[in-house]
Amino acid sequence: MDDLTTLKLRINGEDRPVVFPTHHTLLEVLREECALTGTKHGCELGECGTCTVLVEGRPVLSCLVLAAETRGKSIETVEGMQLGNELHPLQAAFADLGAAQCGYCTPGILMAAKALLAENPAPSRDEIREALAGNLCRCTGYHKILEGVEWAAARMRGEDWTPPNEAFYGNNYGNDHHG
Amino acid sequence: MAEPLEKPEPEAEPQRETSIIGKPFRRVDGRAKVTGATKFADDLAFPRTAYVRLVRSTQPHALIRAIDSSEAEKVPGFLGFLTGKETPIPFGILPVSQDEHALCPDKVRFVGDPVAAVAAVTEDAAYEAALKVKVEYEPLPTISSIEEAIATPEPRIHDYGDHGNLHKVVSMTFGDVEKGFENADEIFEDTFYYEGNTHLPMEQHSAVAVPEDDDRVTLYSSSQTPHYVHRALAKVLELPASRVRVVACSNGGGFGGKSDPFNHEIVAAKMALKLGRPCKITLTREEVFYCHRGRHPVLMQVRTGIKKDGTDVRIVAQRLRTALDGGAYGSYGVASTYYTGALQTVTYKMPAYEFQGVRCFTNKPPCGPKRGHGTPQPRFGFEVHLDKIAVKLGINPADLRLNMLAEPDSVTANWLRIGSMGLRRCIEAVVEGSGFRERWGRLPAGRGLGLACGSYLCGAGLPIYWNHMPQSGVMLKLDRSGGVAVFCGESEIGQGSDSILAAVVAEVLGVALADIRLCVADTDLTPVDLGSYSSRVTLMVGNAALQAAERAREMISKAVSEQLEVPESRLVFAERRVFDAQDPEKGLSFQDAVIATEARFGTLATAGSYIPPRSPGRYRGAGVGPSPAYSYSAAVIEVEVDPETGLWNPVHVWIAHDVGRALNPVLVMGQVEGSVYMGLGEVMMEEQAFRRLPKHLSSALVHKHPSVLEYKSPTFPDMPPVTTYLIEDPDPQGPFGAKEVGQGPLLPVMPAVANAIHDAVGVRVDQVPIHPHMVLKALEAKRKGQEARFGPKGFPEVDFGEELIVPTPEQGGDGTAINDYREKLRSGMRSSAGTMMTREEALRKKKLAALTTDLKGADLKGIK
Repeated sequence: MDDLTTLKLRINGEDRPVVFPTHHTLLEVLREECALTGTKHGCELGECGTCTVLVEGRPVLSCLVLAAETRGKSIETVEGMQLGNELHPLQAAFADLGAAQCGYCTPGILMAAKALLAENPAPSRDEIREALAGNLCRCTGYHKILEGVEWAAARMRGEDWTPPNEAFYGNNYGNDHHG
Repeated sequence: MAEPLEKPEPEAEPQRETSIIGKPFRRVDGRAKVTGATKFADDLAFPRTAYVRLVRSTQPHALIRAIDSSEAEKVPGFLGFLTGKETPIPFGILPVSQDEHALCPDKVRFVGDPVAAVAAVTEDAAYEAALKVKVEYEPLPTISSIEEAIATPEPRIHDYGDHGNLHKVVSMTFGDVEKGFENADEIFEDTFYYEGNTHLPMEQHSAVAVPEDDDRVTLYSSSQTPHYVHRALAKVLELPASRVRVVACSNGGGFGGKSDPFNHEIVAAKMALKLGRPCKITLTREEVFYCHRGRHPVLMQVRTGIKKDGTDVRIVAQRLRTALDGGAYGSYGVASTYYTGALQTVTYKMPAYEFQGVRCFTNKPPCGPKRGHGTPQPRFGFEVHLDKIAVKLGINPADLRLNMLAEPDSVTANWLRIGSMGLRRCIEAVVEGSGFRERWGRLPAGRGLGLACGSYLCGAGLPIYWNHMPQSGVMLKLDRSGGVAVFCGESEIGQGSDSILAAVVAEVLGVALADIRLCVADTDLTPVDLGSYSSRVTLMVGNAALQAAERAREMISKAVSEQLEVPESRLVFAERRVFDAQDPEKGLSFQDAVIATEARFGTLATAGSYIPPRSPGRYRGAGVGPSPAYSYSAAVIEVEVDPETGLWNPVHVWIAHDVGRALNPVLVMGQVEGSVYMGLGEVMMEEQAFRRLPKHLSSALVHKHPSVLEYKSPTFPDMPPVTTYLIEDPDPQGPFGAKEVGQGPLLPVMPAVANAIHDAVGVRVDQVPIHPHMVLKALEAKRKGQEARFGPKGFPEVDFGEELIVPTPEQGGDGTAINDYREKLRSGMRSSAGTMMTREEALRKKKLAALTTDLKGADLKGIK
């Protein structure tokens, strides 16, 4: 308890001096010392992917990383995704498709997806599945998330592509009125 | 206030094109959820917060001999300690099973039952102190299964319940079942087992209690049912309900797992009042497995008699028996028991039906409601059973079902009123989409297609505790800003309830979603809504919102009509304006319209409420099953099975859901896909299973794998493509015709998979989940010329007691039983079966019966 670490964390491009018990994880320090509660926890054992953040651009499970290990490294959390007041294309696509239902796994998935698109701007559906395989979501059935990543990737490549009508309306079978 | 809404008024004039309803709009909390701004309970921080940890039982069944906190108190930062002595008042979600304590006073009933609580200045210190609390137990024999509970009446896990360790026994018959079987051309009988599984919401439950002035306390919690938590807190804390405030934060997933009042919520509040500072408890993932309230393990036996005329098959009688493993406490279990029988009748015509169910107490975490509450298990049995009948009779399973569909606008044998019924179109959609007619029975070996259907409630017809008040209330406040504030007790669990509330109001008033401000799930500030369970929110909150908004529109119409000298009937509310339909230029901005109205009537507020229509069923138990409307679903699933290993995979899912009307199609899609996913998880891998520790480690009954890693759930690569059809057949009971979508689409998934596996390799696994070794065992049996099946062998002997006999509508019944317990009470011959009351309660009511002839209220009280 008395063993404290003092250091400057570089989070979302900003330096933050923090003091914390040395055994505390990056997850704990982000949430408790920095009040960046956008990063969530679902197990604190590295099993669910909910606490994913980027360290030096790579997705890591912040519940398995000691904050003290991130000295001098750049950390990105969901709070750093927006550009000013504009949503990042991944955020906008997730919001419009309902890829965030309860929204609890969403920050972790957004971070993992952001890292994927930085490395591979045009991933196949299987590549997206593989990149996000460590993140559990109990609400969506994953489809809207896959579509959201594809949509955002297209926008980020500057393409004028939106998911097909069925992604928003479902398949029609004899309904009178339809979008 | 005004009359509760019985039925939304149908639009007199032709429906105008909606501007929000029916369109895929961004959910109102969408932005906050993708930026991390949404505050879940554990994200809240208050100055001087103390952290609380629960000390949980290491014994599955034991008397508490002593609790020693002396070492814990020496931990630096220790602040406070609680035991069951300070929380002696029991609570529970149902009035008939108030069998839980915030902390166990004298006895523990499962590994994980909380016995003490420690508070400290940091979470680390609380954790350390909790480890140092010493509890001395005197172990009792444990009960681990349905069979053991039935065979072991003593020692009792609880001192209430129908008898021994049978918590609840139900037996009822509708119509002449015996005659049905006598006249049947053929009779089929099958047994099935459905393993328990849990919700696994990504958010671990969290609660923060804050003491306020004047002996008040506020609890912020991840709860689907803040109203019921409010009631439980007031009871256990012995405070007037007006001094307790419960705020449900956005839930990080619920699925039914956050619908009970929980130990940790009450402990947080009790500790906050004791220490005079905010107290927070956030459960570890392991503890979430102990809270549970998930899917009951159910053993089922279904027996069906049919009449056959060529390919035209009719069910003439069915008997369903269910045995539920309830775990250590009542929870919703009495309702769950009834639900395993109630909805068998709403999909296919069934003139005679008998249902017998029993719920057992065992020394495991309590089971409760999970998505589909009590209905996925019998639905699995029924739909696989029907597939076997179709195969045996050489009829396409789609035709078998299409020829026996229940009628829309009819009343079932067990007195459920069906309204709109879109199952025919659901079946046709998935059959056409999957090529079922051409491909079923004709795919190469190892590939198969399976079809199954389902139906679910759009809200339970009755509240959990008997009352005549609205089940949902909405208030609007409008003022000169032109903004509309909407107040409602509903809680957002991810399903999109906030968006439905906002959209209904915005649509009626012709404003944008951005003009709506929501205040929800706050028992101090918002009118009561019963909560996010039983798929009730879209229909009930939607109708209450519709009424509140229509009342506001009426006032505005009057004021605008006077100002513009245009008849009210000609005014249109759209595009943030109120204008003359015949001269659209003539009108006011919405803001000016509100200003005119505020000037005309004074400060503006309206309210709307919703009470479901009364169900025709009047027999004891008739409270479970009625709903204002029923949703319908059908699925075809294609699987591939490796006969060498038994490994199987879903290849494609076609699912159609009759949603009445999709208020926001993209969110409806998400609910359908999410239900398919959760159903696949249940049939592929998920199980809340237990084992006994070796003797040298106490032989205790423990959870096999209380961790996200070991409790297997589907990941991105496990999820197959899904083709979703939204079937729209507006139901007059629903707001804009809408029905539920959150739970129904899960129901057909598990049986469709089992049927597909049969189509692929010709064996039956009558069990969920379907593990590869089960497929393999069934294939081995098939090779040896034995029954090509894996599943339970039989149904245990249970004394279901005297059966409640209810004549059906077809028989000219009036909805009551001919042998209700009121007679039995008077004659002193109350059967042990079929009542929700403890002996003491029954005796008390018997005294009451002498004073009043109308026991209906008492009768229905616990039934939900």
